[in-house]
Amino acid sequence: MAKFLLLMNYGTTATCDTPMDRWAPEDVAAHIGYQQRLGEELARNGELVDAQGLSGPELAATVVFTGVGAPVVTDGPFPESKELLAGYWLVDATRERALEIAARASAAPGPDGVPLGQPIEVRELMSAPAASDL
Amino acid sequence: MSRVVEDLLRECAPRVLGALARRCGDFALAEDAVQEALLSAHRHWPVDGVPDDPRAWLVRVAARKATDLVRGEIARRRREDAVFREPPPGEAADRDDTLLLLFLCCHPDLTPASAIALTLRAVGGLTTAEIARAFLVPEATMAQRISRAKQKLRGAEFAVPGPDERAARLRTVLHVLYLVFNEGYTSSTGGSLHRVELSGEAIRLTRAVHARLPSDGEVAGLLALMLLTDARRPARTAPDGSIVPLAEQDRSTWDRALIAEGADLITAAVERGPIGEYQLQAAIAALHDDAARAEDTDWPQILGMYTFLERITDNPVVTLNRAVAVAMVHGPAAGLALVDTLDDRLPGHHRLDAVRAHLHEMAGDASRAAAHYRAAAARTTSLPEQRYLMAKARRST
Repeated sequence: MAKFLLLMNYGTTATCDTPMDRWAPEDVAAHIGYQQRLGEELARNGELVDAQGLSGPELAATVVFTGVGAPVVTDGPFPESKELLAGYWLVDATRERALEIAARASAAPGPDGVPLGQPIEVRELMSAPAASDL
Repeated sequence: MSRVVEDLLRECAPRVLGALARRCGDFALAEDAVQEALLSAHRHWPVDGVPDDPRAWLVRVAARKATDLVRGEIARRRREDAVFREPPPGEAADRDDTLLLLFLCCHPDLTPASAIALTLRAVGGLTTAEIARAFLVPEATMAQRISRAKQKLRGAEFAVPGPDERAARLRTVLHVLYLVFNEGYTSSTGGSLHRVELSGEAIRLTRAVHARLPSDGEVAGLLALMLLTDARRPARTAPDGSIVPLAEQDRSTWDRALIAEGADLITAAVERGPIGEYQLQAAIAALHDDAARAEDTDWPQILGMYTFLERITDNPVVTLNRAVAVAMVHGPAAGLALVDTLDDRLPGHHRLDAVRAHLHEMAGDASRAAAHYRAAAARTTSLPEQRYLMAKARRST
């Protein structure tokens, strides 16, 4: 069985360009509730390996080793915060099912309950080769 | 806990579970009760000694535990009757519950992932933690998968499927065992220190099926395929964990005893007929294992086997393998022409590029070979394979 990492970034989508911290509280609650229910469903199915939301861009930092002196640390917030990871799901499933789960995650509601349509990146984990391949 | 007791318990577990499940008609309840009985045996046998009839002891204790469990659920009192009910008269002690359990666990309503987990737990006698480690998922994930599978089977008839369904169910059983074997065989690189040896487990279970259905050619074929493949395990990876392809393996490290056993099995099965896909795959593996050096491989015969296998399975991966055999017999150009017919059926598959690279290399076209090796490396999801393909690409240019 293969494992897939489903990655969700910050950023505006076709239906929403308001950052989440300016949403109505009930919209935020609906969004979080949707994601939690999805997580619970995946857990019940025995498909969930791990899922986490990450703290906001304000707390993010990037570190670069330059080869000279101390590593350079840049603290957030970053102007291009839409390129930052917001959270992930790690699921143990077939590729087909992983795409289906990603579609569900992308349909999480935004302001006024309109599906956000946040792009979800689906990446298969590297594993060992199949015996039949050798 | 001594190895002997442990092996004995695992040997007994499926039959005890079968007996219990048949008696109380509730798989989940029976499973819980048997787990408790096994725990009890773990505690008592090393101290008090192994009872004369271990299986009878386990059935007795498990039945008592089942009663306790049912009593605990006051709201489900009526189940008590079922547990107390004596087994139907004329029940033979040698009735085969291992096979019955396998048929149940490899139920067509379950996803392969669930069927695998349930089979290893109920028939293999592995703990949930062991199965979770083997598949590198959290224990909670595996526990949920198993409990969902059991829920799904609630009410499923615990009986040998009828003759029509039996063949189909046996195919599912063999497929699940094949998947378990593959999972174990492929995870042999690194990080396996605490992982249950899944391919060994698959071989053990397939042996059990073969012992019960000795005249079934496909069961024998699958067992032979596993043995003939597992025999090459010592040569399959270099000390640094990288992949060694078949042609470059040190054949002196292959396990001769496994090869001999597998070859005998497949020879006998093929003579009996009818031929199925596992037998053909085993026969191909036997031909590879039979060659003292890679250049001694009987490619014309392997080509014949793949042609036959392609006809009965219609699987594009088989056609791809046949392309390699075609190249070995009729030259790389003929092999490449066959690969070209697969672009629609295996779009973007890394093996397509890997085979093309290999065949261009055979034909002496280094730059094309390198390009295809690089493309294959970019597409594979296997880390050891990616390293291997990148190394080939570097060596080709």
